[in-house]
Amino acid sequence: MHSQARRLFKLALSPVLLLLGLLSTGALAEEAQRWQMNLSPGVTEVGAEIYELHMIVIWICVVIGVVVFGAMFYSVFTHRKSKGAKPADFHESTAVEIAWTVVPFIILIVMAFPATKTLLEVYNFEDTELDILVTGYQWKWKYEYIDENGENVAFFSNLRTGKTEIYNEDGKGEHYLREVDEPLVLPVNTKVRFLVTANDVIHSWWVPSLAVKKDAIPGFINETWSKPLKTGVYRGQCAELCGRDHGYMPIVVHVVEQDEYDSWLAGKKVKAAKIKSLMDKQFTLDEQMVAGKTVYNQYCVACHGVNGEGGIGNAIAGSSIATGDIYGHIDMGVNGVPGTAMQAFGAQLNDVDMAAVLTFQRNAFGNNMGDIIQPIDVYNFKQGQ
Amino acid sequence: MGAHGPATQGLMRWVTTTNHKDIGTMYLWFSFAMFIMGGAFAMIIRAELFQPGLQIVEPEFFNQMTTMHGLVMVFGAIMPSFVGLANWMIPMMIGAPDMALPRMNNLSFWILPPTFLLLASTLFMEGGAPNFGWTFYAPLSTTYAPDTVTFFIFGVHLMGLSSIMGSINIIATVVNLRAPGMTYMKMPMFVWTWLITAFLLIAVMPVLAGLVTMMLMDIHFGTSFFSAAGGGDPVLFQHVFWFFGHPEVYIIILPAFGVVSQIIPTFARKPLFGYDSMVYATASIAFLSFIVWAHHMYTVGMPVAGELFFMYATMLIAVPTGVKVFNWITTMWKGSMTFETPMLFSIGFVFLFTIGGFTGVMLSLAPVDFQYHDSYFVVAHFHYVMVAGAVFSMSAAVYYWLPKWCGKMYNESMGKAHFWISFVGFNLTFFPQHFLGLAGMPRRIPDYALQFTDFNTMSSIGAFIYGSSQILFLFNVVRTIVAGKPTSEEKTWEGAEGLEWTVPTPAPYHTFSTPPEVK
Ligand code: HEC
Ligand SMILES: [Cu+2]
Ligand SMILES: [Cu+2]
Repeated sequence: MHSQARRLFKLALSPVLLLLGLLSTGALAEEAQRWQMNLSPGVTEVGAEIYELHMIVIWICVVIGVVVFGAMFYSVFTHRKSKGAKPADFHESTAVEIAWTVVPFIILIVMAFPATKTLLEVYNFEDTELDILVTGYQWKWKYEYIDENGENVAFFSNLRTGKTEIYNEDGKGEHYLREVDEPLVLPVNTKVRFLVTANDVIHSWWVPSLAVKKDAIPGFINETWSKPLKTGVYRGQCAELCGRDHGYMPIVVHVVEQDEYDSWLAGKKVKAAKIKSLMDKQFTLDEQMVAGKTVYNQYCVACHGVNGEGGIGNAIAGSSIATGDIYGHIDMGVNGVPGTAMQAFGAQLNDVDMAAVLTFQRNAFGNNMGDIIQPIDVYNFKQGQ
Repeated sequence: MGAHGPATQGLMRWVTTTNHKDIGTMYLWFSFAMFIMGGAFAMIIRAELFQPGLQIVEPEFFNQMTTMHGLVMVFGAIMPSFVGLANWMIPMMIGAPDMALPRMNNLSFWILPPTFLLLASTLFMEGGAPNFGWTFYAPLSTTYAPDTVTFFIFGVHLMGLSSIMGSINIIATVVNLRAPGMTYMKMPMFVWTWLITAFLLIAVMPVLAGLVTMMLMDIHFGTSFFSAAGGGDPVLFQHVFWFFGHPEVYIIILPAFGVVSQIIPTFARKPLFGYDSMVYATASIAFLSFIVWAHHMYTVGMPVAGELFFMYATMLIAVPTGVKVFNWITTMWKGSMTFETPMLFSIGFVFLFTIGGFTGVMLSLAPVDFQYHDSYFVVAHFHYVMVAGAVFSMSAAVYYWLPKWCGKMYNESMGKAHFWISFVGFNLTFFPQHFLGLAGMPRRIPDYALQFTDFNTMSSIGAFIYGSSQILFLFNVVRTIVAGKPTSEEKTWEGAEGLEWTVPTPAPYHTFSTPPEVK
């Protein structure tokens, strides 16, 4: 190569080098951060392997790219008519053509080995220590810790970012759109198996730092696993278009030390047992009004208003449903109205809270029905449908 | 040679025409109109994504935009544009007087405008336009779809009909109407790639039609093809869709390969390197495209054996694709190159398409794809192959043949400006999207976490630049037709070869009424 070509070659290479420099600095972080340009190796062995594979392939592509584009730009700059270049008259060469069929083939085989190895590792479900059922709903996730004794712990995980942030009325918090009311909690150094499914449409459960992405398909259960090696908070979100709020169903995973996890789980179980014991308790109207108001303010107020005056949802004050047949009202709370903003709360609220909030709606805002819905009524309604 | 023009004038000329040039022209203008419409949708998407938060549209409408952008670009802009090119050029390249089935040709075009009118009108209907993505996965597109999905299904049927008729016509023309002496292995590459594309279309459009029919049954007649509750399977939908969808991407890209294989030799003043291997590579790509579909579905939970099969098969596609790129570059090698606008767009094509090819190889690796899948990395990848592939090559084709079509020369500096602005705009739009995907941003979201802000802003600015460069394109083309410098040279370009350059300029209404002799 004469000097001009060498200069061109260097020139062509410089953006590539710059880019790779940036890539490698971006790679160090576990949590996604501003200007991040590259995959993160995350906190699992598989994630690190995937990252390595990704880097190997990038480098192979860079080398091929430098050769191919180098040849192209060399030609573009030297074989010009304006520089007096005369066209050569070759138009085939069996040897060359065989070479550039065989060489890429060999390169691909070289890539296939580590790819196969990593893939088999991803599919190795041996020795998983904990099973969690992940269910996608429009538009939230439900996590259920599967317990050998049948004492499953289950809860929903909803987006916590408020509408005012989304609509730019308030400033956006640090974890805008990637914060939830209840995160998934995992013990560190534990091989967790995720059973992934969905309740309505297809979703996809993706946490880059755990190197997990699996489609949640209604009616089928997929499995995948991850073994986080470092404590911390890892964030992700639904990856498969699932309707209106597809962009608003984040995933937050807290990886904690084993003992912290144990006490968290125990706390959850105590709470679940408490709800169970409340199931056949008969509440007074006053008790239901107090409990119901709390639930109402957490789950319903955004659409039905502080004074039951309505908004996105219909008015509760004077509503024919809230002042009508009890089971019609329970049906509304449990099943919602498909296709409207009134979602089915049946799976999200436990029967105790549901009974309380419905009783509240029947007796607040001037509705004064005087009747009480008990948890067992909600339970019986659900059993009967 | 028949020197007479169209039989009727005015509007009826266009409605009743069976002339391949008229029909080609209508296809080209129609596809450009769709390109502008699909582009407008893209601008709305990028405007919303300029900043985090919701500023311009609601999520529901955003989903309609992503869906309509994809559908309109793939089925309304790219595919018809290449059919238009085929109509104009195939008869002139093989020395045929017209397409073999001219009346069907008319019909296959005139199906399209009402179809897209119907599709666009769903935007104004209750419930809104289709909002389930251009890949319309069930059950989002069945049980959970807006009512307009039925119009969408009808539209897909009509588009399929039009494509199948177009393909039959192309096959019939190429097989039967070649001039004496024009053997298969003498056909211009553009004709070859279209012949193979036409077979692909005939093979997969019925699959798509079957798929949307199953949807129709699920929605209106109580079947459960795609609902597990009734014994069906949502994943079946994806298998069938991608059995159509993967060949579809080659349907889009193969004619583009053909175009640049015509243009690069012209401006390198050197014959296409490795013509035979080009033909074989095209055929192998077409064959392979039938056995790789599930690489779009690595995360649906396939058994590991399936993953491995689809991974290896997909990697293989890199081989014939590489052959093509090497051939183009070797065609330039030791040529005597000039860089008029068509050549710039062709070189831009080779460069950008190859980058898309690299990311394609990365995506083919199943374990890594678990991280890339459904992220902006994929969006970047397929815009590098689709936009750089189809739109750049289409622009190249228009500049290349426009003088032949209308006997006027376009403005070269404006053409070059169009190229450079699109090139910069395109890369500014889509290169940062690789980073966004790698950093964890999923596709098809109207709003995003704060760490994705900077590259999204960059990408939006690029999109506005890229979008506005197309106005320059339109202006240049219209200006050429209205007030371009007249030219009557048969060979517009010094190095051009092929029968289309032996007819007068502008090409008369009827060419090759008596077949030429090909030596
Ligand atoms: C995201 C907005 C939203 C939230 C949150 C919401 N609702 Fe609703 N709700 C609606 C809408 C919209 C309707 C009207 C549905 C229709 O079209 O019939 C409705 C209707 C109702 C009605 C019937 C009112 C009538 O007379 O038509 C009841 C009862 C009700 N909701 C109870 C609740 C309860 C209990 C909660 C909290 C657990 C709740 N809603 C939370 C949106 C909401
Ligand atoms: Cu989603
Ligand atoms: Cu594909």
